[in-house]
Amino acid sequence: MLFSVIATITQIHRGILLCDGTKDSESFTAAARDQFQEELVIRPLHSGDIYASFQFRTLWDTDFLQERQKVSHYRLFPKSLGQVLSKFSVRELHISFTQGFWRTMQWGQPFIPSPPGAELWVWFHDTVSDVDGNWKELTNVLSGIFCASLNFIDLTNTVQPSASFKPLGLGNATDHRFLRYATLPREIVCTENLTPWKKLLPCGSKAGLSVLLKSEKLFHSSFHSQAVHIRPVCQDEQCTSKAWELRQTLNVVFDLYTSGQGKKEWSLFKMFSRTLTEACPLATSSKVYVDITDNPELSPATPLLSQAVVLGDRRTYSVFDLTRAEMFGQLRSLNLLLRWKGDSDMLRPLLHAERYVAGFGLQTGEIHTVIYNNHPYRAFPVLLMDSVPWYLQLYIHTLTVTSKSRDNKPSYIHYQPAKDRHRPHLLEMLIQLPPHSMTEVTVQFERALLKWTEYTPDPNHGFYVGSSVVSALVPSMVAMNTNFTQDQPLFSSFVPVKEESSYFVRVYTEPLLVNLPTPDFSMPYNVICLTCTVVAVGYGSFYNLLTRTFQVDEPSLPLAKRLANLIRRIRGVPLLA
Amino acid sequence: MAFSLDTNCGLLNHNIIGPIYCTSTIFPPDILITQFWFNYRHVANTLSVYRSVKRLGIPDSHIVLMLADDMACNYRNPKPATVFSHKNMEFNVYGDDVEVDYRGYEVTVENFLTPRSKRLLSDDRSNILIYLTGQTGNSHGGNGFLKFQDSEEISNMELADAFEQMWQKRRYNELLFIIDTCQGASMYERFYSPNLMALASSQVGEDSLSHQPDLAIGVHLMDKYTFYLLEFLEEVHPASQANMNDLVSVCAHRVSVSPGHHTDLFQRNPGSVLITDFFGSVRKVEITKDTINLTSSVKSGSGDMQIESLTYVDQLPVAEIIHQKPKQKDWHPPDGFILGLWTLILLVFFQTYGIKHLKHIF
Repeated sequence: MLFSVIATITQIHRGILLCDGTKDSESFTAAARDQFQEELVIRPLHSGDIYASFQFRTLWDTDFLQERQKVSHYRLFPKSLGQVLSKFSVRELHISFTQGFWRTMQWGQPFIPSPPGAELWVWFHDTVSDVDGNWKELTNVLSGIFCASLNFIDLTNTVQPSASFKPLGLGNATDHRFLRYATLPREIVCTENLTPWKKLLPCGSKAGLSVLLKSEKLFHSSFHSQAVHIRPVCQDEQCTSKAWELRQTLNVVFDLYTSGQGKKEWSLFKMFSRTLTEACPLATSSKVYVDITDNPELSPATPLLSQAVVLGDRRTYSVFDLTRAEMFGQLRSLNLLLRWKGDSDMLRPLLHAERYVAGFGLQTGEIHTVIYNNHPYRAFPVLLMDSVPWYLQLYIHTLTVTSKSRDNKPSYIHYQPAKDRHRPHLLEMLIQLPPHSMTEVTVQFERALLKWTEYTPDPNHGFYVGSSVVSALVPSMVAMNTNFTQDQPLFSSFVPVKEESSYFVRVYTEPLLVNLPTPDFSMPYNVICLTCTVVAVGYGSFYNLLTRTFQVDEPSLPLAKRLANLIRRIRGVPLLA
Repeated sequence: MAFSLDTNCGLLNHNIIGPIYCTSTIFPPDILITQFWFNYRHVANTLSVYRSVKRLGIPDSHIVLMLADDMACNYRNPKPATVFSHKNMEFNVYGDDVEVDYRGYEVTVENFLTPRSKRLLSDDRSNILIYLTGQTGNSHGGNGFLKFQDSEEISNMELADAFEQMWQKRRYNELLFIIDTCQGASMYERFYSPNLMALASSQVGEDSLSHQPDLAIGVHLMDKYTFYLLEFLEEVHPASQANMNDLVSVCAHRVSVSPGHHTDLFQRNPGSVLITDFFGSVRKVEITKDTINLTSSVKSGSGDMQIESLTYVDQLPVAEIIHQKPKQKDWHPPDGFILGLWTLILLVFFQTYGIKHLKHIF
């Protein structure tokens, strides 16, 4: 019995060894058509905070939407997402969960922008006949996968943008009837959303870069955003066939004072309370890039440097390749230390947007969106997309766009008015921003009174309005790289670059919090009592005054006199008084 | 987190010799239904019970956890992503692998009684544990109802009816109901279905007390009843022989109010019911000595290679956007107003000119 058990173990063990892609067995390497790469970019920011961006990418040569061959064998690509893609005929899926707001003026541009709360936008395949039905089911399934309240996404907060949110993956036809976009600005992000996100990774949270993802440190930060992006990409440089790419990104900014104790001295241990011990064994590449353009002190130093042009700026990175065992030294752990000083000027971000509500009272108000173009001499167009819930009734005839105190007429406006309780407002405008200017878009609105069942349990908190999205092709000072190479770092290959002179950027504004006229929900019973009392006293008295008549009433006689009256009646004699 | 789990788990991992059969019979929903920061202790109560139940073997797929407010990532929490049940912040009950099924506004009476998604697929062999904590309508002078999110309530009659429905549909074998609120015993007064056992932290007319405040967090961390309940559960392990009488008695004498229990509807003697029948889960493992051959994956042919190279879409095609044609709307038949208007016009026409003109049309 013992021998047969041992023989069984060795047989299975050998089978698993052969499955590893690095061995030469021909039949098994041909079957492994998916690969996994992980990367961490650390960028010190001028305000003393530090920005860490994780990207985990799984690339898989298969076609979920093929009819004749159903995909059933999953290796690195998570099965839950693969089944979702094939069941709902999804062409592209982008979902992000963010806590905090990205401060562009202090921190620069992020690698992957995201609005506060939850955001979901999906391109469906053009074979889908009922897009709204698929959208509804998809949101419910995703809310179960990510433990989030995405089931609150329905037709009252879904829009179909007509020009923003073009697909980030391969494709030619872009019929916007197959696009759906929704945000939930109120969504909370916590450990229960991070846990299923980590479970989608091939190495889980056990090996590689994902050991650093501990929730106590990640949520004690100024900004935390985790996202999943699925899209079809080119398989190789010739781009003759498609592959599916799953990117899981996590961006976090640690604050100088709450996590950093006020010193511009950061290390992996200080940020994550963990150090790196090994690369993920299933990854073909596992790298850490540290941005050393502003010459911080970095230890351990490494001779490997790399330059990349990202977001219109050429930056130098120190590269740590975790697949090489000598990175970890004798203690088998890698802890990077970073120290910098000086308050040198940061390159001002060229595009920046803000939004706020003006006005007073609970009846009317005004939404102001301000977009800044900080380029000294170039003008460029931006596409502004606003999705406002139906209970803020916009008056589009009061829409004004002014730049440098002159009227600026947009070259394209798409407006879809709201339908009460059915769909929100959608306003998309293509505005040309003059160089070095501030453009202000204002529109007045009126607040609606909701039905009493439509209020949330805490209506005095206010109602959220999702962020506006500003998409632009910003002219770049440095030539961008349009060639697609396999070993390009992940952070520079997220958005496809079509031309050298500009780069695509998406800026999200703040979400708004507006108070709607709220009835007093406390103790309706007391209110009813009081009202009834007032009505009873007021109306009752009035009614009595009008209808009451007075009659004279004879006082009743004592008993003796009554008996005497009785006898007198019998006798026929006049009665007593 | 998979809610479509059936009671048989199949082959989980190629490394293990032989298949594993799971007899998963325990389904505990943990429910917390109050909002606002001063109800921190209710979250700590619920999460502590959730922790114990997971420790004793019940998987996440068999637990429904409803938390009405977010305490861990609340901005008032001095230590984000943590919820503590003991002062001096010793033990984080939020942990790293918690899965909350209903949170925030999703915690409503409707989702509790008749969930449309994320429900327990229990059958007549399942034992169910229900733990409720929150606030009853004590401040408003009533008893017999439980507040959900300060805006709706569930009455003890509704709860009793819901359990009776579950019994009629054979959705449970035995059910243990624990409630930690003021006047908790009023919630189980009206139960009438068989095989129900109920425990409450206080009798009708009594208040349930909270246990210990923490000065850093600023609110009370836990309720007394749940605190002693958990102290008891910490000593229980999956093979323990402790029974229900132990559970009932351990909470009786240490707290200052008297907890209640209702065992009349329970058919077995409480002394013979093991704690692990409700709080833990036992899996039977069968080992086999047969070898398993792994087949290589299906290799598709190279398929038809697309000759033309594919391209990415332009992210902001300005020229295309400016000259975009307006979307062709689908044709809809004319709606009521237009039809009515045309009918009126036709009627007036034929009225003035007489019916003989109809022959020009037909």
